[in-house]
Amino acid sequence: MLRLVFFAPALLLVLLFVAYPVFATIGVSLFSSDGSFVGFGNYGTVLGSPDTANLNGFPKPPPYGTLIHNAIWIGIHLPLSLFLGLWLALVLRDVKGASWIKTAIFIGMVTPLIVGGILMLYLYDGNIGVVPSFFNLIGVQSLATGWLQHPVTLLFGLIFGSVWLWTGFSLIVYSAGLTTIPKDYWEAAKVDGTSTFRMFTRVTFPLLKPMTIVVITMTILWELKIFDLVFGATNPQGGVGGAADVLGLQMYRYAFVQLPANVGAAAAVATFLSILTMVATVATLRYMVKR
Amino acid sequence: MKLRLRSIVIHVFAWALAIAWLFPFVGLLMASFRPIPEIIGGWWNFGQFSPTLDKFGSAFSKIGTGLGNSVLIAVPGTLIPMFVATLAGYGFARFSFPVRDYLFLTIVLLMTIPQQMVAIPIFRIMLGLGLANTVSSLILLHSAWGLPWIILFMRNFISSLPKEVEEAARVDGASDFKVFFRIVLPMALPALGAVAVLQFMWVWNDFFFAVLLCPATVSCMPATVALIRTIGRFEFDPGLLAAGSVLVMLVPVAMYAVLQRYYIRGMVGWTIKG
Repeated sequence: MLRLVFFAPALLLVLLFVAYPVFATIGVSLFSSDGSFVGFGNYGTVLGSPDTANLNGFPKPPPYGTLIHNAIWIGIHLPLSLFLGLWLALVLRDVKGASWIKTAIFIGMVTPLIVGGILMLYLYDGNIGVVPSFFNLIGVQSLATGWLQHPVTLLFGLIFGSVWLWTGFSLIVYSAGLTTIPKDYWEAAKVDGTSTFRMFTRVTFPLLKPMTIVVITMTILWELKIFDLVFGATNPQGGVGGAADVLGLQMYRYAFVQLPANVGAAAAVATFLSILTMVATVATLRYMVKR
Repeated sequence: MKLRLRSIVIHVFAWALAIAWLFPFVGLLMASFRPIPEIIGGWWNFGQFSPTLDKFGSAFSKIGTGLGNSVLIAVPGTLIPMFVATLAGYGFARFSFPVRDYLFLTIVLLMTIPQQMVAIPIFRIMLGLGLANTVSSLILLHSAWGLPWIILFMRNFISSLPKEVEEAARVDGASDFKVFFRIVLPMALPALGAVAVLQFMWVWNDFFFAVLLCPATVSCMPATVALIRTIGRFEFDPGLLAAGSVLVMLVPVAMYAVLQRYYIRGMVGWTIKG
């Protein structure tokens, strides 16, 4: 019975400040602002709202709604950061001073994301930013202006910026993964005359499967939860016309910015977001818990 | 010969990429210590170059309290969950009881929940406890929020430790607590180093909880919120904001530079067995 003491403080804190609030939020999501029970009404309102999904008249510039923006975020950011990190991990094996390069790329991972958002203001600024200047240099005038002031470049600029911040993660995970593969594997394949590409698809990539799974899960969670970056680079509305609005920001705005607040809708957004993160994680849970 | 050329190309490319990767940070740094008119058209123009630390001085006077609050929140917000979670992690690794695995799995699942999922009730609880707009509310919340991942991390680590020493101590009549404090805790120190740097960084970098529980009160506001609220982004002085941003990111980046191996161990520890 004394062994309960090992668990008691942790359980108490988790119950009070994590588990209970989770269920309380589900409860809140079932009521309207005036306190009457509406069942799943808030979910219907939120999912039907143009704030969440707004594809009428597509193709058109953003805003497409928070859910679509998060989906676009995953669609672009996941493959780019994953393969960029993997490819760098492979290339850097043969580079002198690779640990310095990894350190440089990983700085994005330790930077507060709110600062990451503020960085976007400087990076994409029409007067002092590197990115517009670069496009000015190569003569693409349409991209040589301030990116954050236009809906299309705002959304995609922030997504590319988040790739820059996050690639360090897949680089570090894959680099560590590569050190666990015995050199004999590649040498044997080399003796057989296997091409570099076949070596990658048949030997290296399959052996890195556990790392790939972790990178995919963590990256999707990060993309779904993205908040600080958008808040730092824009405003509680998600920038011009809400072009960079995301689910996390939508929840915050409904509950804590807009007047009158709509906590029911905010809780519905939060619950919906949590369901998405759960789905993304359940598949990988068994890889994270050691037996 | 062909091989050497290939190697040179790879080296040039890799190093160029690493330098380009740092450009956005360099841009922020330039905006923080050069007058803005001087860098219009690009910070890489050095025709006029008059660096000054003025902006850092005024940024510090605006967010100095915030930086202090961040320390006040992040230090206990790291130590408390480390201790509490190591106790529980040890329990999950070594004691068996009926619902253990379900309980453990539930706690791990809570790790994936977004902060938004607890925001509204947490706000109400803290208001009810009279802790709204205090540093304590953030310490409490971060302590609880860090528990699931630290419990998972420590349980995985402790499971991989040999049981023999603990068993020998038990035979000699040591209690559970004696075993924990004298044997397990010292052996867990390398893992605790990784936990400490990551948890500290996450608490320091947090913005959502901070703006939830302390949106406008200077006495509790950590640096990440102070940056937005007291310097601001709109009626704004770009040099000041850049200097403030540099100050806020300085702590996690410097810590990373010094304690790098712990970060890697923490980030990678649970992806690679052994």
